[in-house]
Amino acid sequence: MTAEAKALPSKSYLEDGYTLSSWFFSTDHKRIAILYFVSITLFFFVGGAAATLIRLELLSPTGLFLSNDAYNRLFTIHGVVMVWFFLIPSIPNTFGNFLIPIMIGAKDLAFPKLNLASWWIFVLAGCFVIAALLIGGVDTGWTFYAPFSTMFSNGYVVPAVIGVFIAGFSTILTGLNFIVTIHKLRAPGMTWFRLPLFVWAIYATSLVMVLATPVLATTLMLIFAERVLGLGFFDPKLGGDPVLYQHLFWFYSHPAVYIMVLPAMAVMSELMSAFCKRRVFGYKVVAYSSLAIAGLGFLVWGHHMFVAGESVYAGLVFSLLSFSIAVPSAIKVFNWTATMRKGYVSLDAPMLFALGFIGLFVIGGLSGLFVAATGLDVHLTRTYFVIAHFHFIMVGGTVSCYFGALHFWWPKMTGRMYPEMLGRGTALMIFFGFILTFMPQFILGWLGMPRRYHLYPPEFQVLNVLSSAGASILAVAYTLPLIYLGWSLFYGKRAGANPWGAAGLEWLIPSPPPRENFETVPVVTWEAYPYPLKPQPVERKETP
Amino acid sequence: MSDALPAVHEQYQVATQQLAADRLGLWVFLASEAMLFGAVFFSLAVYHYIHPAAMHAATDQLDLSMGAVGTAVLLSSSTTMALAVKAAGEGRRWETLVALIGTVVLGLAFEAIKVHDWFDEFGKGLYPPAGPPFPLPQPAARLFFHLYFVSTGLHAVHLAVGILLVAGLVIMQVSGRLTLPERMVTVEMVGLYWQFVDIVWIFLYPTLYLVSR
Repeated sequence: MTAEAKALPSKSYLEDGYTLSSWFFSTDHKRIAILYFVSITLFFFVGGAAATLIRLELLSPTGLFLSNDAYNRLFTIHGVVMVWFFLIPSIPNTFGNFLIPIMIGAKDLAFPKLNLASWWIFVLAGCFVIAALLIGGVDTGWTFYAPFSTMFSNGYVVPAVIGVFIAGFSTILTGLNFIVTIHKLRAPGMTWFRLPLFVWAIYATSLVMVLATPVLATTLMLIFAERVLGLGFFDPKLGGDPVLYQHLFWFYSHPAVYIMVLPAMAVMSELMSAFCKRRVFGYKVVAYSSLAIAGLGFLVWGHHMFVAGESVYAGLVFSLLSFSIAVPSAIKVFNWTATMRKGYVSLDAPMLFALGFIGLFVIGGLSGLFVAATGLDVHLTRTYFVIAHFHFIMVGGTVSCYFGALHFWWPKMTGRMYPEMLGRGTALMIFFGFILTFMPQFILGWLGMPRRYHLYPPEFQVLNVLSSAGASILAVAYTLPLIYLGWSLFYGKRAGANPWGAAGLEWLIPSPPPRENFETVPVVTWEAYPYPLKPQPVERKETP
Repeated sequence: MSDALPAVHEQYQVATQQLAADRLGLWVFLASEAMLFGAVFFSLAVYHYIHPAAMHAATDQLDLSMGAVGTAVLLSSSTTMALAVKAAGEGRRWETLVALIGTVVLGLAFEAIKVHDWFDEFGKGLYPPAGPPFPLPQPAARLFFHLYFVSTGLHAVHLAVGILLVAGLVIMQVSGRLTLPERMVTVEMVGLYWQFVDIVWIFLYPTLYLVSR
């Protein structure tokens, strides 16, 4: 394969074989990125369908068509699928996989076979979770809290737990591959501080993936042992402590929040610089703040347990640390906004998604300060306020950026332009649909509506109907790209190598890129984001 | 490092770069593994702290001498593994082979000791979910044994993987596919993993057998 690729350097990665096995067993990081893209799109619509049913059910205070038990299974599957099978792999495994080798001037990731294995592991994990869904579902919520999940639940906890356990290995292997690639495969001249900020943020994400996910694996293993073998670890009858489960679970799951949002921040830096034609303001600070978020992210898990019997002093410390993690996040938002100053701002669809991210992420982040305060959290915990807060970060933030990235790099990945006006329309619909869906949930939570119930007092109906109305806009807005991006694959305008006039090694090679990315290894002599672009910033020389 | 190095994959420019990537990859993997065991150690620490008396009573039920013998066997296997890596790096094929076989034998011996321990404990009723009635009155003593079986089991599974890897090296060596010192890095990787699994036991042994005694 190598020899062939070298003989025909202009052949794109899409033309490098047309059989199914040339896709399913490809070790090309670009093809594996596409495999991930297709699989997580599938999961996105499974999770989305569950969300649609939830919002339909909540139209009426007495519930429309679901039993209590069916409702429990519905929000569990929504959570499990969206967290582990869409959000966590979303940006890293598609755009990270596709772009990291290209951005650092490499031909592939450090371990291409491991990369392929990681996708197959992901598919295997998905099969378990889909099986759990088909044979009857799980009713524990995505958090699998013990002792309910281990001793009382009637759902199919075991297949779901096995699925998530296996998915964890896919995450770990991807993170490991990225870390080694970024350390060891940078092109000559590509120093750490010449890396695009995308790479910095994905690097920080990978650290969290490698160090937090194994703790989830152990936790799920303990659930499995307790449920199947009867080895109780959290059973109060034996003097076990259910709060220990929560400590272990959140020791993973809070850092996992940063696995989900750091990649969105990675995309943000690229979008803001490309559409303002300016170097990201305060490059080094943005780079370091990614690492700060990854590090601090390991120290705040206790804020999920303010009302679970944690000591007052622990609560105090966790509260303080949770406030402090807002600092690097705020630095990033400040720096992206400052990037726009005196920039040549163009409002193409990816930029609209990026601006939407800023709006939604700021609301999500500020509401995070509310729930990080121990006193307020007693009132707000387990209400719709928390639901709204984390959806603003995860969906408003990460999913907006995911779509921004999709539109921005679509021409690079496929060689085709998408219809610009439809892209802009979608960006606006996602932003306003999102606000309409989740703003009412802040108010509902503030008024005391608890999460995970499908019955509620009649006075909450107006706000719930508003939220469901917003969800219907979101449903349309999330489906639209499927149609017009699909259309553009065949009828879209051909994209040149650099349709946006953006900086970065990925824009110097043809769209779609050739199998080996670079004919000769590039030698980097310029800083990141060298705006305004000179006509020919590339100096290439033969491999030494 | 000798100048004879394995073939370079297309994503690397020079062999030393590939070697460095392989090494870093394994260290990152071991960091991840450390966190996997970290959660188990954390749980053990918490319950030792909450229920000191029950943990003391439960620890007394373990066979200290068998634990000590197992530890000695495992530490010896670390030595043979280290010798194998050194011999492989210097291209001494026979010494490598002997040291690798020694490692497999010592690894299997440890597993045998552990399985013997488990049967012994099962016979005494120390496996709480099944078998004869549990001998201790304190509920938290059951908690200790739950964690004991999971942590030693998890360690044994890791060691079994290590034994398979070393056995694989032996087969490669005998069939001539492990050319030394060119593929020394393969031996080194397996060696690192082996030492990691041993180090886990070096922490597990005092945590389970000694701390509350």
